[in-house]
Amino acid sequence: MIKNGKLFGVWMAFLIVLIVVGIVAYARQTGVGHISSAMRDQVSWGFFISNYVFFVGVAAAAVLLVVPAYIYHFKPLKEIVLFGEMAAIVAVIIAILSVIVDLGHASRLWHILPLIGKMHFPNSLLVWNVLFLNGYLIINLVLVGYAWYMMSQGKEYNLALVWPLILLSIPWAVSIHTSTAFVFSGVVARPFWNASILAPRFLASAFCSGPAIMLIVFQLIRKYSKVEIENRALFKVAELIAYAIGINLFLLGAEIFKEFYSGSIHKAPLQYLYFGLHGNYQLVPWIWIALLFNSTAFVLFLLPKTREKLLTMNIGAALVIIGVFIEKGIGFVIPGFIPDTLGEIYQYWPTLSEFMITVGIWAFGALLYTLMVKFTLPVYSATLLSAEKQSR
Amino acid sequence: MGIAGALLPLSSAEAFSFSAFFQKHFKEMSDEEIKRVIKRLEEEALKDYKKKISISATKPLPGVKFGYGLDLSRCIGCRRCVYGCVEENNLSRNPQVQWISVLKLKKGKKWIDLEGAERYYDPKKVPEQDYFYVPVQCQQCEDPPCVKVCPTQATWKEPDGIVVVDYNWCIGCRYCMAACPYGARHFNWSKPTISPDEINTDTHYLGNRPRYEGVVEKCTFCVQRTRVGRYPACVEVCPAGARKFGNLLDPESEIRKAIQNKRVFRLKEDLNTSPTFFYFFSI
Repeated sequence: MIKNGKLFGVWMAFLIVLIVVGIVAYARQTGVGHISSAMRDQVSWGFFISNYVFFVGVAAAAVLLVVPAYIYHFKPLKEIVLFGEMAAIVAVIIAILSVIVDLGHASRLWHILPLIGKMHFPNSLLVWNVLFLNGYLIINLVLVGYAWYMMSQGKEYNLALVWPLILLSIPWAVSIHTSTAFVFSGVVARPFWNASILAPRFLASAFCSGPAIMLIVFQLIRKYSKVEIENRALFKVAELIAYAIGINLFLLGAEIFKEFYSGSIHKAPLQYLYFGLHGNYQLVPWIWIALLFNSTAFVLFLLPKTREKLLTMNIGAALVIIGVFIEKGIGFVIPGFIPDTLGEIYQYWPTLSEFMITVGIWAFGALLYTLMVKFTLPVYSATLLSAEKQSR
Repeated sequence: MGIAGALLPLSSAEAFSFSAFFQKHFKEMSDEEIKRVIKRLEEEALKDYKKKISISATKPLPGVKFGYGLDLSRCIGCRRCVYGCVEENNLSRNPQVQWISVLKLKKGKKWIDLEGAERYYDPKKVPEQDYFYVPVQCQQCEDPPCVKVCPTQATWKEPDGIVVVDYNWCIGCRYCMAACPYGARHFNWSKPTISPDEINTDTHYLGNRPRYEGVVEKCTFCVQRTRVGRYPACVEVCPAGARKFGNLLDPESEIRKAIQNKRVFRLKEDLNTSPTFFYFFSI
């Protein structure tokens, strides 16, 4: 149960205000067009698509994080599987909304559907991504729905029944982020994206930010409810994050070496991102902040001393969330367009309108998650308590 | 996603109408349906521009595959092609949309990667000494990456080689713009504006008819002209005779002669998009 009703009310009101702000900004964008954004022909994707990439990663990692709990029966993690699956649902919804607000004609979205529309399968990777994301949404809705139903009946849920679905969700989680990476790495016109390292890097960085978000969510849940989440579980997650950051930094190093050592013209976007190009430095401070944050978080999560202390662990989590958000958001999408295919440098920075719409989407996600957790906690706690009684 | 999209408010630029909302993909419509749609679109255009705009749906000519040649030795960088195209194809004047970009490059410097190309040059007189010019527009690739990535098949390659967009089917995701290696695709970031006395009333459904906010557009080799045997506007307007156009399937055509007798090359051949737009040097 959320103990503090007042705090809950304030939190909900705060989110609703942000959602309204987002809706107002979106309504304006629908009226005047995407000219309200900073995107132009040269940089035709921006903050919305960055946000989409980041949250697909969160969705994938939220489930992959909890899967070992099922398979290896790591008890402390197992208790919190449900919260990971719910996070995956919310992250997918945020990702899908981020694409919808980016569309010039969202009302024509049905054109992408099979039969009534003209789905370009299998050629368009965006179609693959839509299929995988929606499939993932359904899988997790079924898993969560089943757990909710059984818990509300006061029964332990029967793992054997959902086992095939859980097994399926593992490769499926990988597939959603791989197909997101392929949306970009399949684009031959943009050398910055057209790299085979992209999919593995996406997965690695997803394993940094996704679980870090879950670390914070778990602590909030245990603070405001009776659900007990052991520190041991948190520290285990933190350890996993350390390995993920290590791999992510290694892959980044591999990319940097290849581009700068071989030194072909294809290094221009990376040059722009890290060192500036022809006097244009807009993203340079940001990408170095990201690198600094990710490296610091790596150290904090790697050393048992700092990893197993809540304060330093939380600092690490915050750093890696921000670091990865920059790195695979604007630090990934924008340099793909700079310089553009005809050699022009158009510097992009999101407008207030883009920020407001994006924040509105985040707030909607947070609201959805809060409500799901609020619905889950009473039944969850009741089930746990009765299960404990039985075992005694 | 589909249902969520349907519930979202429609762009204020278009009043809601069932026939507009449920309009089928161009290639799925019968000739009869196309006629009906065109009638509705013409009525809308009349309302918007207070002028009778005719929209044709002329089909590709059999035995024709268009090809384009650009003589870099002759191009003087005057950009008459750019503005000729703007007028012919009803491109938005505000914000400005241009289907042709003329790049100014310094002689003796690297230029194949186009980094350092200047698009916004503004000298008193062209051509400038020490510089040469490379006009770039849609290369009408044999294997167009933009068509491959489109999630709704709103863009495709016609039998006569022209890559077209159905402006009523495009959802505006702009994946094609990310995929195009030639910067040939342009998005209507706001409602395109053209003053009614400047509008070209002779239009094609897949070409220069009035467009909407939020859709992608591109060069169509002036489909409204070339399918009835005329030259594209850019070819006609070029004062230096740098632009050649013709039927690649006709061995006697000017473009075939150029390909056979000149040293031709195509932009970014390493990407294997196989443009049907050939650059060459006559001197």
